[in-house]
Amino acid sequence: MSEMQDYKSSLEDVNSRKFETFSYLPAMDADRIRKQVEYIVNKGWNPAIEHTEPENAFDHFWYMWKLPMFGETNVDAILAEAEACHKAHPNNHVRLIGFDNYAQSKGAEMVVFRGKPV
Amino acid sequence: MAKTYSAGVKEYRETYWMPDYKPKETDLLACFKITPQAGVPREEAAAAVAAESSTGTWTTVWTDLLTDLDHYKGRAYAIEDVPGDDSCYYAFIAYPIDLFEEGSVVNVFTSLVGNVFGFKAVRALRLEDVRFPIAYVMTCNGPPHGIQVERDMMNKYGRPLLGCTIKPKLGLSAKNYGRAVYECLRGGLDFTKDDENVNSQPFMRWRQRFDFVMEAIDKAERETGERKGHYLNVTAPTPEEMYKRAEYAKEIGAPIIMHDYITGGFCANTGLAQWCRDNGLLLHIHRAMHAVLDRNPHHGIHFRVLTKILRLSGGDHLHTGTVVGKLEGDRASTLGWIDLLRDSYIKEDRSRGIFFDQDWGAMPGAFAVASGGIHVWHMPALVTIFGDDSVLQFGGGTLGHPWGNAAGAAANRVALEACVEARNQGIAIEKEGKDVLTKAAASSPELKIAMETWKEIKFEFDTVDKLDVAHK
Repeated sequence: MSEMQDYKSSLEDVNSRKFETFSYLPAMDADRIRKQVEYIVNKGWNPAIEHTEPENAFDHFWYMWKLPMFGETNVDAILAEAEACHKAHPNNHVRLIGFDNYAQSKGAEMVVFRGKPV
Repeated sequence: MAKTYSAGVKEYRETYWMPDYKPKETDLLACFKITPQAGVPREEAAAAVAAESSTGTWTTVWTDLLTDLDHYKGRAYAIEDVPGDDSCYYAFIAYPIDLFEEGSVVNVFTSLVGNVFGFKAVRALRLEDVRFPIAYVMTCNGPPHGIQVERDMMNKYGRPLLGCTIKPKLGLSAKNYGRAVYECLRGGLDFTKDDENVNSQPFMRWRQRFDFVMEAIDKAERETGERKGHYLNVTAPTPEEMYKRAEYAKEIGAPIIMHDYITGGFCANTGLAQWCRDNGLLLHIHRAMHAVLDRNPHHGIHFRVLTKILRLSGGDHLHTGTVVGKLEGDRASTLGWIDLLRDSYIKEDRSRGIFFDQDWGAMPGAFAVASGGIHVWHMPALVTIFGDDSVLQFGGGTLGHPWGNAAGAAANRVALEACVEARNQGIAIEKEGKDVLTKAAASSPELKIAMETWKEIKFEFDTVDKLDVAHK
């Protein structure tokens, strides 16, 4: 068994801040993001993009990027919106959402572009 | 025409066996498994159960004639063989809705599982299922918040939630206990939990526990930037004491409290659930004592009935067993009562032990909690079995990590997220579980060590309470 490791996390270290689902996995590359978009589309959920300054990530409400893409099933179109949001706000967290209007909840929500930790 | 009074003992089946009766939409329906005494005909025993759980007594009394007993009586309307077991049979009984006080699971149980369970004409009796008519469901408050509201309050979407029961169960000081909570939460868990028998013992009174735990939650939230909670157990010797603890939990800003609904009692639970809705606290429900009632296949109350009772009484989480861990639970049967807990309409499905269609109308569903003897290797199966609307609780599987709670928590969180991501990608994670976890462990030393630590642990005892299936 390997040697005991310290768990690196502190108030001081901004890299300790997480942002819910999938934030304990390595940052997503284009291929992994595409597969999650496909999942949302296949579920019949409404895709949406939101973003925030990393220091305000704890807030319930992030900034909406335009409006949720109701009825959009074109994976490339959804990816293009996520990328456009990321380009416009390169230091912000950008998250992908799948609104499940039957459950009146989000069936999926994940940060796909990680902002600059502060 | 008016009836005449004649004293004496009548056969139950003359009054309570009605094979031509068509149950009404508003009737409460029950399925009992009856093991009769030798020589008692099936119809007589079924009618006796219907009588003793509704209007009947052992002899005719003159006051029977002051009311319309034919309106109020329970009606045994069908009898079926139990597949695979000739010692008993199912009896179906319909009760008019007027027999039950609105919104009172206490009253329902006092009738359905009251005196009748000690009745001499039956050797053993088990309440297998109950169909609550929507008209009755609407009189109950149900879960204080439900799955959708809890997800919004806690900001958790698209995955099961992760929890951990703090161990050792008994004996820690409040401050050491708070330390254990803090370590779990900073490592990536959403919730930690008081063990069911942690109430307010001399070694750790409730008030200090609440204070230290709340500090742990606050700090872990600031450190991780995620929302956290700990189920503060308010189960207490008296309702007054229970509410005192609940009020204090609210005062310090705790998001969730906890109650043991069977040992604490259905009266206390229903009141507390209402309090939680009024005060905005989530309610986690533990089920200590359930196995006393639900484990014997011939006598007692099936857990699917206890699940329905809890949904009516109120709770936002309910322990349902893990299927894969150290505690009892058949997979198909467990999937049946998980649906009864979470879905809005559940069809009759004998292959999962569901005897009636159940319509919950607008009543919210509650999270299914899987807890007991599970660790990272179980994650792919748990995500598959329980889906997103569940809380997966790893006690020993978090605290027993060689590097401590935070590392154990991180290992579970990484494993969970890896399984959910893979599932979303269309990968059959129960089959490909090893690959999924091994890949995730490449970037998580905590998960790698967890996988080395628990590889060999298995619980492979056979289930005692199985679904009834044909043997011939």
